Amino acid sequence: MQLTTRSKVVSNKQLSFAERIYLPALLKGMFITLSHLFKKKVTILYPEVKREHAPVYRGQHVLKRDENGAERCTSCGMCAVACPAEAITMESGERKKGEEHLYREEKYAAKYEINMLRCIFCGLCEEACPKEAIFLTDRIVPTEFEREDFIYGKDKLVELVDKRVDVSKRQTPEVLAFKKLEGMRHNVLYTKKLTTKSESKS
Amino acid sequence: MSKKSSHIIPPSINSIEKEYSTLNLGPTHPATHGIFQNVLQMDGEIIHDAIPTIGYIHRAFEKLAERRPYAQITPLTDRLNYCSAPINNMGWHMTVEKLIKAEIPKRAEYMRVIIMELARIADHIICNTIIGQDTGATTGFLYLFQYREKIYDIFESICGARLTTNICRIGGFDKEWGKVTWDRIHQFVADFPKALDEFNNLLERNRIFMDRTINCGPITAEKALEYSFTGPNLRAAGVDYDVRVATPYSSYSDFEFIIPVGTSGDTYDRFMVRNEEMKQSLSIIKQALKNMPDGKTHADLPDFFLPPKEKVYSEMEALIYHFKIVMGETDIPKGEVYHSVEGGNGELGFYLISDGGRTPYRLHFRRPCFIYYQAYPEMIKGTMLSDAIITMSSMNVIAGELDA
Repeated sequence: MQLTTRSKVVSNKQLSFAERIYLPALLKGMFITLSHLFKKKVTILYPEVKREHAPVYRGQHVLKRDENGAERCTSCGMCAVACPAEAITMESGERKKGEEHLYREEKYAAKYEINMLRCIFCGLCEEACPKEAIFLTDRIVPTEFEREDFIYGKDKLVELVDKRVDVSKRQTPEVLAFKKLEGMRHNVLYTKKLTTKSESKS
Repeated sequence: MSKKSSHIIPPSINSIEKEYSTLNLGPTHPATHGIFQNVLQMDGEIIHDAIPTIGYIHRAFEKLAERRPYAQITPLTDRLNYCSAPINNMGWHMTVEKLIKAEIPKRAEYMRVIIMELARIADHIICNTIIGQDTGATTGFLYLFQYREKIYDIFESICGARLTTNICRIGGFDKEWGKVTWDRIHQFVADFPKALDEFNNLLERNRIFMDRTINCGPITAEKALEYSFTGPNLRAAGVDYDVRVATPYSSYSDFEFIIPVGTSGDTYDRFMVRNEEMKQSLSIIKQALKNMPDGKTHADLPDFFLPPKEKVYSEMEALIYHFKIVMGETDIPKGEVYHSVEGGNGELGFYLISDGGRTPYRLHFRRPCFIYYQAYPEMIKGTMLSDAIITMSSMNVIAGELDA
């Protein structure tokens, strides 16, 4: 049945004489296999050598801190709403006096959990975050023996102050340029206050 | 019955009675490439009857989709035909775009075409090399699979994932592709024909392979149409139906390509049709790269496309829209649409009814493999068991599309 003028019959089931004596085809196949013997190996020896992930790879999450070391997350719940696998839960807390160096805003995530067994690493939480707080990274979630161990709390998710996770390659050039603008950062007044305080102390 | 006689088989009138033996092919059989169960009635080596079981992977996607905002349904479509996830993603995006009547810029459409054709090549690589694998030729499988990895590298550099891509957004691409991506695509287009030729040298005109696959699991065009086959399996039967030509979407009318058809719908035809389709896909990618228009990579859709992050961080208006879109609180028109794309295995359709709420009222996926699998018992009746294995792998039935 022909519906268009673009069709072309591609399968020819008639064997020619050369094809009927199948030895040439066998030799040809053998030749191809042998020629691959002398080519560069494409496999990598995994545990010793690791494949390089793309900078935008969607692996284990990180909760970012700002340049002063305070947690960025304000527990707005957007990541939990955006999550199609319903893997994220959180509880909010209110920042008390004297905790300004710990939490960036007045509200923060007192408890933040991602169930890595539910998570499908779609990256929608990262896209939903309005505070640059949650990012996926190119790290792979390690295996565990117990189901409970896959529920990652803040202890595993928040980056360490002295061991930051670089996510600048995931961000668009526009965002990076924006972040360099003086006076256009989040809570710029608050950051200024902090710096002036520390200056006056010293 | 007395205790003594229960141990004695009563002699029948015809002492050599014909009996069929029952064989469970699957659910987890290494040769079926997925969770398929077929309860076969075997007459020796010949299949007398087959009863397929559908529903081993039932994930209730259509029901799940009724409780998800539109953007969150994309990761569900990833898992339909997971061998060519980007086609599913983009089919879904185009369905929503049809509902909200969005105009997509040419550049975004061309970029989508490139991704969809790469995904088609990856899908066909899996199917064709596995036919080789099932007929006992592992060589081609090993060599051509390297190129599937390269396609996945391209996907990874665009969206960050290899298999379940969640690529693209409603309205277009979220960001411009980097230089690495373009380089990799150009490299792939340059390298792949050589590898494909090598693969064809191994199998295409090899008499052993031809003897094995010709007249194995055939289906006539009439029967295929009755079962509503689409895609390569219908084209192998000789009907040149291709959604890309019949109802062009995403600028497919701009590209020149031929529709390969077979003659009798057997395994060899399916193999050859897929082989030629890979070449055609490659030529489409080349045309798209050559004529790539300039412009924006996404449509101007403030109600659906997330505003750029730097604006979200600084402007009130953008932040409000950001919250509204993520929570799925933007207005969506009422109505029902059907949109279909040419998936790796055939017409992948999305039937969407919207009642104006934040989630679809009803969403139905037209899964091509679900249809093939229903024709499968009829195709394998009267054939040998080993032919049944090749027939299934040549139809490329993906278990992810069977959960209806």
